[in-house]
Amino acid sequence: MPIREDVLVVGGGLAAATAALAARETGKSVRLVAHKKSTLRQASGLIDVLGYVDGDGPRADPYGAMADLPDDHPYRLVGEEGVREGLRIFDDAVGDAYAGGHTDTNALVPTYGGTVKPTARYPNSVAPGLASIDEDALFVGFESTTDFSAPVVADHVVAAGVPFEARGVTIPFPIRFRDDARASRFARALDRDETTDDGRGVRRVLAEAVEEHLTDEERVGFPAMLGDDHDAEVREELESRLGVSVFEVPTGPPSLLGLKLEDRLFEALDEAGVRLSTGNPAVGYEADGDRIEAVYVDRKRKEIPYHAEQFVLATGGLVGKGIGSDRERVTEPVFDCYVPHSEDRYDWSESAAFGDHAFARFGVVPDEEMRPTTASGEPEFANLRAAGGVVGGADVAREKSASGVSLATAAVAGGRAGEEA
Amino acid sequence: MTETPSVLVIGGGSTGCGIVRDLAMRGLDVTLVEKGNLTHGTTGRMHGLLHSGGRYAVSDQPSARECIEENRVLRRIATHCVEMTGGLFVQRPEDDDEYFEEKLQGCRDCGIPAEVLSGEEAREMEPYLAKDVKRAIRVPDGAIDPFRLCVANAADAIDRGARVETHAEVVDVLVENGEIVGVEVEHGEKDIGIGKGEPGTREKLYADYVVNATGAWAGQIGDMAGVDVAVRPSKGVMTIMNVRQVDTVVNRCRPKGDADIIVPHETTCILGTTDEEVEDPEDYPEEGWEVDLMIDTLSELVPMLSEARTIRSFWGVRPLYEPPGTGTVDPTDITRDFFLLDHADRDGLPGMASIVGGKLTTYRMMAEKISNHVCEKLGVEATCRTAEEPLPGSSDFSVLREWMDEFGIRSPVGRRSAQRLGSRTDDVLGGWDGPNPVVCDCEAVTRAEIHDAIDHSGTDLNAVRIRTRSSMGNCQGAFCCHRMANELIHDHDELVVRDSLDELYQERWKGERHALWGEQLSQAMLKHMLHATTMNRDGDPAASDSAVDFAAFDVGASPSAAAGGTTGDDPDRAATDGGREGENADS
Repeated sequence: MPIREDVLVVGGGLAAATAALAARETGKSVRLVAHKKSTLRQASGLIDVLGYVDGDGPRADPYGAMADLPDDHPYRLVGEEGVREGLRIFDDAVGDAYAGGHTDTNALVPTYGGTVKPTARYPNSVAPGLASIDEDALFVGFESTTDFSAPVVADHVVAAGVPFEARGVTIPFPIRFRDDARASRFARALDRDETTDDGRGVRRVLAEAVEEHLTDEERVGFPAMLGDDHDAEVREELESRLGVSVFEVPTGPPSLLGLKLEDRLFEALDEAGVRLSTGNPAVGYEADGDRIEAVYVDRKRKEIPYHAEQFVLATGGLVGKGIGSDRERVTEPVFDCYVPHSEDRYDWSESAAFGDHAFARFGVVPDEEMRPTTASGEPEFANLRAAGGVVGGADVAREKSASGVSLATAAVAGGRAGEEA
Repeated sequence: MTETPSVLVIGGGSTGCGIVRDLAMRGLDVTLVEKGNLTHGTTGRMHGLLHSGGRYAVSDQPSARECIEENRVLRRIATHCVEMTGGLFVQRPEDDDEYFEEKLQGCRDCGIPAEVLSGEEAREMEPYLAKDVKRAIRVPDGAIDPFRLCVANAADAIDRGARVETHAEVVDVLVENGEIVGVEVEHGEKDIGIGKGEPGTREKLYADYVVNATGAWAGQIGDMAGVDVAVRPSKGVMTIMNVRQVDTVVNRCRPKGDADIIVPHETTCILGTTDEEVEDPEDYPEEGWEVDLMIDTLSELVPMLSEARTIRSFWGVRPLYEPPGTGTVDPTDITRDFFLLDHADRDGLPGMASIVGGKLTTYRMMAEKISNHVCEKLGVEATCRTAEEPLPGSSDFSVLREWMDEFGIRSPVGRRSAQRLGSRTDDVLGGWDGPNPVVCDCEAVTRAEIHDAIDHSGTDLNAVRIRTRSSMGNCQGAFCCHRMANELIHDHDELVVRDSLDELYQERWKGERHALWGEQLSQAMLKHMLHATTMNRDGDPAASDSAVDFAAFDVGASPSAAAGGTTGDDPDRAATDGGREGENADS
């Protein structure tokens, strides 16, 4: 019997999960087909909505800032309503693991690069570290982690003018791992409270080592490696031993906060009854006129059709390979949707590293229903919508809007797909 | 005049570094000034070919003979800078048989070991060669790391008492009583680089003799002295692949042409090149069609290149020179030989000589000849020993072993480190105290190596990069630029860390722009997301003029409740009380 659903979502990241949840809320059957691991493991785990418009910011009010965006920005299509709907689905999915939903105002989170950045939702473990909180902070890094230098982070945060004092210290982790052990190894040791050489628990020895450096700071920040499965317990114990609040600073890949978010989203999909097919790439489709009938998934060189009434494309942008390119052109590989770009590839980028790069905005051009359109502005297909990084028009890196664009476009695309299926 | 004659060398490329070492070995008081990093000019922008001489065996036999001679010398004295890959001159069906025979005979005439391979034999050596490759000539070409080579020369010179000033730009050539007596340099604004100069100041450096070894920039120094040095700068593009599609140098066996060589270099392959005259060695167009030409033309030899991933492209300028009146129109016809212009004989202005032309492979021989000239001018009798004495790092080959147990680093990493450091491995890794994690994953560069490079080059991370290869791999610094910068915090403040990072990041971007499609564009977007999104380096309030109104932002749902330590649940007390942590209690 052929595989058939009401809605088929192609992709495995934040946008795909959100689109599937949105579609599922309409009561229709939903399947998600995902290829590789999502790019969440490379993301910070923060949910940014909008922090800068054309380099101007950080903006405290993301909704107010939307009015200043260009007309072809996805936010202008989905409106404030779409963004709020995306955040609602997200908040429902992650439950109390994330904070920030109590206000419309952006938070400023210290980054492992030492700056602060505006974001709308943040993991609970990040909350005590917010830059607007008037409490002095001690940043603690470990000798063998090269990504996170506590003195750099502390001094840089102070240079940003934060309303508190900060210092950074680098200490050896109580258990000596291989010199280039990953963050996950540290997290596992804290998770299990592994014993150190002298037979004591690593959490306790760590707290004692930090206490030696603690003067009158009211909070202590670590790179985000404080446990995985038992992260809340690890943090609670450290807080309790140190008598101050403890927070995590989001890091780059492999990002434990990103991985935990991915796990949580997949749990939510499971709970919502979304069917999952993972591990194989979507490679093509079958259409009848302007309607897609099925998406082909390559399984061991056999093309398996996945039928549905409605389809959502959420394969990501350049990083997730939802957008491809060669020396001549930029493409959307699954449905070959139109992706506007200059013929001269040197126009795709700017000479300044942090310039206003065209490539950062590459993606399909959606209509108000998030249907990708052709060069002449017609929907590519009547029953195909797009969400997340595959949608063009937003420079999510400069705007600090990556997650927000994913959530908002997914809420609209998934919701409409569900309604029409 | 002091008792020891003093010499000032302008230019920190291979020639300048070779000269400063040679003269220091001969006991002269010698100073080298370079406006950027060592290798800042042409040397750092070449494809890294150690010529067998095969390339010139038809067109320029004297150069070919010099190449094979120096090829043998460098294998001996610069072991840790050289990889003897071997080379092939490959003939396609449409390439001329007669030229193939000429090339073979030329090699033999010049004493270059040359062996003919059938197409099949060539493909056995290099499986990705095109199926229709007809034959090949095998020669002892190799790969050489110009960065390591220059650094080793300069380091040895410093050990022998020479002064080396990087980031010291010559702003004037000092002429007194019709004689060149020195130069005035301007030290870079920031305290980067090596040397004793005070940042941001000008300094007059006097010497008994000045050597202008600035290659394509020789005309500019000549202008300051009031003499005409008509260098013809010629640009060439090189495109770096993310892996080694070939392990042997692959040349196209035809008379001349653009895009005819692939050089395996460290973890990459370098495709080259073009040859086009430019007006200004600093400012010339870098164009996409040149990159396309490399890929499209060299795919005729190695078809998989057309779909392969490039990680960046860069351009270099050759310091071509021909004696006045030769009138060669095509730069590819200009000799690769070098010329010593004695400005006393030539222009009636004693005290300086300029060196133009030449090739990296023969840098040592050039340095020897120039040093002979300098010694003759200064009446010094000392013989050249650079062909016999190994460079630092190449003296004891036995240290190239696995360092896994010795220094607690993983074996492939240890091997890579040891290959880069040669006989300095023990000094750099053995002397390191504390954890030695990998800082650059792509090139397996450890913290100890980064610090060794910082010790020798200050806060200039681009100089650290060329010494270690850190940030030169697939990710082009996405994962390691900031890690490299973090290592500076031990001795410098945060602002220095940030500035150094910004400079390195921008430098990496410059070349990556020429590789922005396919995998590399995807990688570039990831890099952009990490540095702009996750770290917010582009919207950094610390770098902005306007202050952030922190009070306008979220302080969390319950900021006071967030502070811990108020629960009274002290686990230590619980433990000593025989509570739930009893098994971990202090005894």
